[in-house]
Amino acid sequence: MSPELLRLILDSTLETLYMVGVATLIGTLLGLPLGIFLATSGQGELFAAPKLNGVLGVVVNATRSTPFIILVVAIIPFTRLIAGTSIGTTAAIVPLTIAATPFIARIVEAAIREVDYGLVEASLAMGATPLQIVRKVLIPEALPGLVLGITLAVVSLLSNSAMVGAVGGGGLGDLGIRYGYQRFMPEVMLVVVIVLIVLVQGFQTLGEYVARRVNRRLRLVCPLKSGPP
Amino acid sequence: MIELDGVWKTFPARGSDTAVEALRGVSLHVPRGEIYGVIGRSGAGKSTLIRTINGLERPTCGEVRVDGIAIDKLDERALREERRKIGMIFQHFNLLSSRSAFGNVALPLELLGLSRREIEKRVTPLLELVGLGDKRDRHPVELSGGQKQRVGIARALATEPKVLLSDEATSALDPETTRSILALLARVNAELGLTIVLITHEMTVIKEICHRVGVIDDGAIIEEGPVHQVFAHPQTATARSFVGSLAGRELPASIKAELGAPVEASSQTILRLTLTGEAATQPTVTKLARALGIDVAILGGQIDSIGGHPFALLFLGVPTASWTSGAVSAALASPDIQLEMLGHVA
Repeated sequence: MSPELLRLILDSTLETLYMVGVATLIGTLLGLPLGIFLATSGQGELFAAPKLNGVLGVVVNATRSTPFIILVVAIIPFTRLIAGTSIGTTAAIVPLTIAATPFIARIVEAAIREVDYGLVEASLAMGATPLQIVRKVLIPEALPGLVLGITLAVVSLLSNSAMVGAVGGGGLGDLGIRYGYQRFMPEVMLVVVIVLIVLVQGFQTLGEYVARRVNRRLRLVCPLKSGPP
Repeated sequence: MIELDGVWKTFPARGSDTAVEALRGVSLHVPRGEIYGVIGRSGAGKSTLIRTINGLERPTCGEVRVDGIAIDKLDERALREERRKIGMIFQHFNLLSSRSAFGNVALPLELLGLSRREIEKRVTPLLELVGLGDKRDRHPVELSGGQKQRVGIARALATEPKVLLSDEATSALDPETTRSILALLARVNAELGLTIVLITHEMTVIKEICHRVGVIDDGAIIEEGPVHQVFAHPQTATARSFVGSLAGRELPASIKAELGAPVEASSQTILRLTLTGEAATQPTVTKLARALGIDVAILGGQIDSIGGHPFALLFLGVPTASWTSGAVSAALASPDIQLEMLGHVA
């Protein structure tokens, strides 16, 4: 393989990491509070606002049910408004983030709902404010689930990022299509697939490691300490 | 200290479920320093009752006062302030699995905004008090049920409350652990002068530490009084069945099966004797036998002391002739002795 091609593969990998990294970061910043709100705003819950909860639920579902490639082109005007341009790697971050946010929100919602309601009740009995309960109880207790959920989001974003070639977003997927497929260079396709597999594997392993680190429960179930219990 | 006046709680109908009247006019007065037990079957309303005391449930009507403050009238902010003066422990402990024993006890103090130093100063003696001084860095998963409840108690005491609410705190524990947790509650009550309201479905819990007991059924307190009194003379069927659930409170089944022989053909009459006060500690049975010159069979029973009040319940078999002549009733006539004829056996 020529040095130019290797250079291209490296650049594409960095583009992919850039898009996925920024989209995950912004998606988490938006999706985390949205997910927490979805999990706590039902009738009789901490931030009870059943109507707003219903509306947000519909919006989240609508975004999630739009195929990503359609979303990318459908929101081009919005992308131009935010990124100043509708083509290129930076512009591609906008649709990626818009797809990631509701995904992360639903994952966060599920993780927060997993926390035993008894803990919320105990905190209320201690005189905790709803915000204190979120900060001191819900997030710490749901943390392992949140980390694994965000890992899942990263993997799904990697797969979405392969489609942003449609708006000149670049990245590994775009490289695979343009060189591997359109120019009949199967070796490029092979490398692209291998790099993607390595990335997914790497993120998954990292996510699981962090989840285990933050999860005292799991850590203690498989004891790290030697000697008799 | 705790006063409930005519408290009703109705949960509105939801979907196909009809409205539920969980509490129907409950009135309750618990003086400072008392351990008050509420006993009832599941669904009787006891959980709702204890939750009205710290405002987790707001009564539909009626009034709830703790230390003179009308809990049911407070807004959210004021209610949070009051809740800090009311500790609560739970059947399933409700500890944060992400925090150590120390961290769990520290939580209510963090909510108050105390500094790390102050928190350290208050949590350490609390862990000592509940006997977990050496377990401060253990997480709930590493603790036994009894130890978890001790952490729960330490956490409930962290804000130095005046009242402790116990929601079935020993129902998930084995009998031995239950006793040790109850002993701890009794100690906390005696040493810190804490007023305790506990709910349970186990009569042994009431017997072990409560001063007074209320029997709740279908949303209403149907019987109330000092524990020894309700034990000796339960008035309602519900109270009788709770008291009867304890060992030795029922006539042995083999004898029960033979009851119902006609008087003329019977040799023995079966009696139930409830002895309280002096009668419970005196040789009542041998006195009876000696006075009438009869043989008395002791068929079953329970002898106990409840809150320092001696109490005995005995099933006796006496010769039918001595019963029909009225001699036995005459010999046992005393305000401390309650006599009930259960039947005759051949």
